[in-house]
Amino acid sequence: MTGELLSVLDCSFRYREGDFRLCKVRLDVRPGEVLGIIGPNGSGKSTLLRLMSGFLEPHEGEVVLAGRPLRSLSRRMLAREIAFLPQEPETAFGFSVREVVAMGRYPYLAAFGFLREHDVEVIERSMHETETDRFGARAFPTLSGGEKQRVLIASILAQEPSAMLLDEPTAALDIHHRSEVLGLLRALAGKEIAVVIVTHDLNAASQFCDRLILLSEGGVARAGGPAEVMDPELLSQVYGAHVRVVQNPVTGAPMAVVLGKEGHDRA
Amino acid sequence: MIGPSGYLTTRRFWTLTALACALWLVVGALCLSWGQVRLPTREVLAVLSGGRASELTANIVLMQRLPRVLLGLLAGGGLAVAGAVFQAMLRNPLATPHTLGVSAGGSLGAVLAISLGWSAPGHWPVGTVQLFALGGALVNISIIYLLARRKDMLSPLKLLLAGVTLGLISSAMIMFVRFISDPQKLVMVDRWLMGGLEVQGYRSVASVLPLLVPALALLVMQANAMNQLSLGEEMAVGRGVNVRAVQMESFLGGSILTAAVVSVAGPIGFVGLIVPHVLRTLFGPDHRVLLVLSFFGGGAFLAAADTVARSAFAPSELPVGVLTAMMGGPFFLLLLVTQMRRQ
Repeated sequence: MTGELLSVLDCSFRYREGDFRLCKVRLDVRPGEVLGIIGPNGSGKSTLLRLMSGFLEPHEGEVVLAGRPLRSLSRRMLAREIAFLPQEPETAFGFSVREVVAMGRYPYLAAFGFLREHDVEVIERSMHETETDRFGARAFPTLSGGEKQRVLIASILAQEPSAMLLDEPTAALDIHHRSEVLGLLRALAGKEIAVVIVTHDLNAASQFCDRLILLSEGGVARAGGPAEVMDPELLSQVYGAHVRVVQNPVTGAPMAVVLGKEGHDRA
Repeated sequence: MIGPSGYLTTRRFWTLTALACALWLVVGALCLSWGQVRLPTREVLAVLSGGRASELTANIVLMQRLPRVLLGLLAGGGLAVAGAVFQAMLRNPLATPHTLGVSAGGSLGAVLAISLGWSAPGHWPVGTVQLFALGGALVNISIIYLLARRKDMLSPLKLLLAGVTLGLISSAMIMFVRFISDPQKLVMVDRWLMGGLEVQGYRSVASVLPLLVPALALLVMQANAMNQLSLGEEMAVGRGVNVRAVQMESFLGGSILTAAVVSVAGPIGFVGLIVPHVLRTLFGPDHRVLLVLSFFGGGAFLAAADTVARSAFAPSELPVGVLTAMMGGPFFLLLLVTQMRRQ
């Protein structure tokens, strides 16, 4: 027990409509680690992330933040501890990058939201750490996908959270920006922030995450280090595909290779 | 000052507010001296401050122009703020105070009152037409509220669909009432539907204030939370915003503003579209600034437009709703084209 920050204790959840349910999920996140939630479509990754962020309340079990159940915290207190970045948030109106980052201070401010000196310091630091200060005056909607994602990460960083939960933070990015964003998240985890990402990209998860949770049909199929979870038999079974795992020749991380049906691969 | 760059400081906020308020007052004073009869501004100011002026000037200013200009300053402000609020809620810069069917409901009420020819006792604080217009708007506000009400948050798309549909239903009913109306009343109905400020004395001004002031206060207090909504409801929840409360209060505040204005001035179009859009381009999208500037800017715009409308075609008066619609149509197209080009 090295001080769990965020714990999901045997949580079950089902939506009012549809058959999907999350069943007795249990996991812990520690400060300073990057946890990857992986699994096929419909396995419950995003639902689990929303339970952890307090958006959804479990029907059974409890989500606990540093010993306190999430449901006992006010919205604002929660936003100071847990920052959530949904997949591809909308971007209406031409707010500047600096204004978008400043929005992260919302849970600390009075109703009209004027910034104090300390808030400005936090905002500037968040922009510096994410290298978004170079284009701080530009209008957010004019940025590229990778730049936008960094700005949004800066804005949740300005919440000064102890945990950051990100839903598919790299889904819309090319390989260069993907590794840039994941590298940034790794660096932030180094500052004793717990980072949880939901991703479809098994190999990026294996390369950047300390631990992985593999979900299958609303339950945890396996949790552990990348080497443990990237088990070819397990992955083949969960994804219903023929998966082989090799060692990435450059990084040494386990790497999944999906083979097509016999005779369908070019090689 | 121009364009989106830094943070909103208290200094910038109060400077912009003071400048906008000054502009609002200056335009109001100018509108009092312009018209079919030009009055020297000095004399107008003398009348207002209780100084020496001819009886004729005092009569024109106090009995005819002042209530009308005041109504323009308030109604234009109300419409522009309502437009900015609906644009924020629906995350769509093309939304107007009339998008959600509130003013169509108000119009239906007014048209009913006119064509039925009922009249309220003279000592009532509001006239029959205004009362019916408020009632019609309230009916639509309640229906949309009940349709869109949900446990966690509103979907802007559902709100839009419910509002637009209700607006269409109200418009259809207006056509039906017009169809069965007596032709003499029809002229009055059509005149009301053009939207205008040629009223009415101080009773109209006094009757909108109790609705306008609380609604404006409610909305301005939500302005910072509205900023959060522009990155989507989920993002806002994650920041600790009570999204459902903000959406409901914005919808109700914006709707009440619209209802109050429509009940005295009819469905004046495009003020709520043009003014917030221009101000957003000039001063950035921060709703704390945008709402305040929209109130003063919208008021100055409508008072000025009404002055043009009542002077340009002298001795007859063009309803200001016709003028704003004629200006607004081309502007709306321009907006669409530039938006499409940007995408």
